[in-house]
Amino acid sequence: MALSKILTSSVADPVLQTNKNLIINGAMQVAQRGTSAVSVGSGTYRLDRFSVNKSNDGAYTVEQSTDAPTGFTTSLKAQVTTADTSLSAAQNAFIYQSIEAQNLQHLNYGTSDALTVTLSFWVKSSKTGVYTASLYKPDNTGYMFTQEYTISSANTWEKKTITITPTAGGTSFITTSGGAIANDNGSGIDVNFNLAFGSTFNGGTSGSWSSTTADYSTTNAVNWMDSTSNNFYLTGVQLEIGDATPFEHEDFGTTLAKCQRYFTDFLLSANNYMWCCVITNTNTYRRASVTLPVQMRASATGTIAAYTNGSFGGSYPLLEGNNKVQEVNIAGDVTGTGDYAYFTKLQLDAEL
Amino acid sequence: MIFENPKYYNKIPPAAANQLEGVKATVDGVDLHIPADPANRHYAEIMRQVAAGTLTIEDAD
Repeated sequence: MALSKILTSSVADPVLQTNKNLIINGAMQVAQRGTSAVSVGSGTYRLDRFSVNKSNDGAYTVEQSTDAPTGFTTSLKAQVTTADTSLSAAQNAFIYQSIEAQNLQHLNYGTSDALTVTLSFWVKSSKTGVYTASLYKPDNTGYMFTQEYTISSANTWEKKTITITPTAGGTSFITTSGGAIANDNGSGIDVNFNLAFGSTFNGGTSGSWSSTTADYSTTNAVNWMDSTSNNFYLTGVQLEIGDATPFEHEDFGTTLAKCQRYFTDFLLSANNYMWCCVITNTNTYRRASVTLPVQMRASATGTIAAYTNGSFGGSYPLLEGNNKVQEVNIAGDVTGTGDYAYFTKLQLDAEL
Repeated sequence: MIFENPKYYNKIPPAAANQLEGVKATVDGVDLHIPADPANRHYAEIMRQVAAGTLTIEDAD
């Protein structure tokens, strides 16, 4: 058939679109750091790319759950374990994904050609009521967009869709120069799923951009931290240009590779270790070099563990390398020529 | 984020002497090797705390 005979109305447009989802790991499938519940602090990661944060007098956990709506197999689950019924002004609890700025240049933010985006997601909670999701754009002039949504039925999966126009609320922040997103490897937009905010952060107007970057949420939003009965499930997160379309399911390997730009676990252990080799300038140094599976966003923070039948000297083992060129060197210092060393853990973190 | 016992460390021989590699610090009981890259979120936070006068980093050996 001639291409001119193929009409977009005759095919499912989403089939023709790939990489439309600006969110990575929106189906919550990749959990390199583990799947079980961990206590949330400042910037806790469980599901890859989703940062979970708490600054209040309560406590909650985050884990990967197999409770998911039809079409999905996993979700992010948050569970309150210690309640905080009265948040002070600066206290908060929220989940976010920071999107790399250079992946957002086609939104044309900072110009009159700025594009509308749509955020869609599946959510479930034991606590019904008004919640908010927000977009924070930090570059140039910082702006915050917030939108209320309602969880209507307890313990029931609901799909929510939020449209964010560049002039939402009758503003022109995003269509003028201060709205621009730098073309770099920093944070371009943070997509926030808000659970609880004190008064410092709830001054936003639903459906509007604000120049007050603390306007994450609104006064109508629930305090999700107020009971240990409260849970919150999230999956199917998609941010795309234009109107909402069905979730873009991608193969696991593709999502994993995207995640590894920000975090890589080499899955070493006491039984699956990485040998170190002697280097030439002195026989007491051992090194191992590894090629990273993908080029990481920036030089990464490393967490390592090692074993030697000798003893490590000084502050060794140490990690060094330039992760932008996909190689990392590890040094172990052992004291004798008959000694050996190997590494049992290597995790690299270049999250935003 | 609370960084405990932060200490600079240099690149390992045969690199030239005194070439800064990063900061080693403990966070939540885990030793982190943090490269001196402003785009690294941990290093950026360390520098923010140093500038605020709330964190001091020990010199490298």
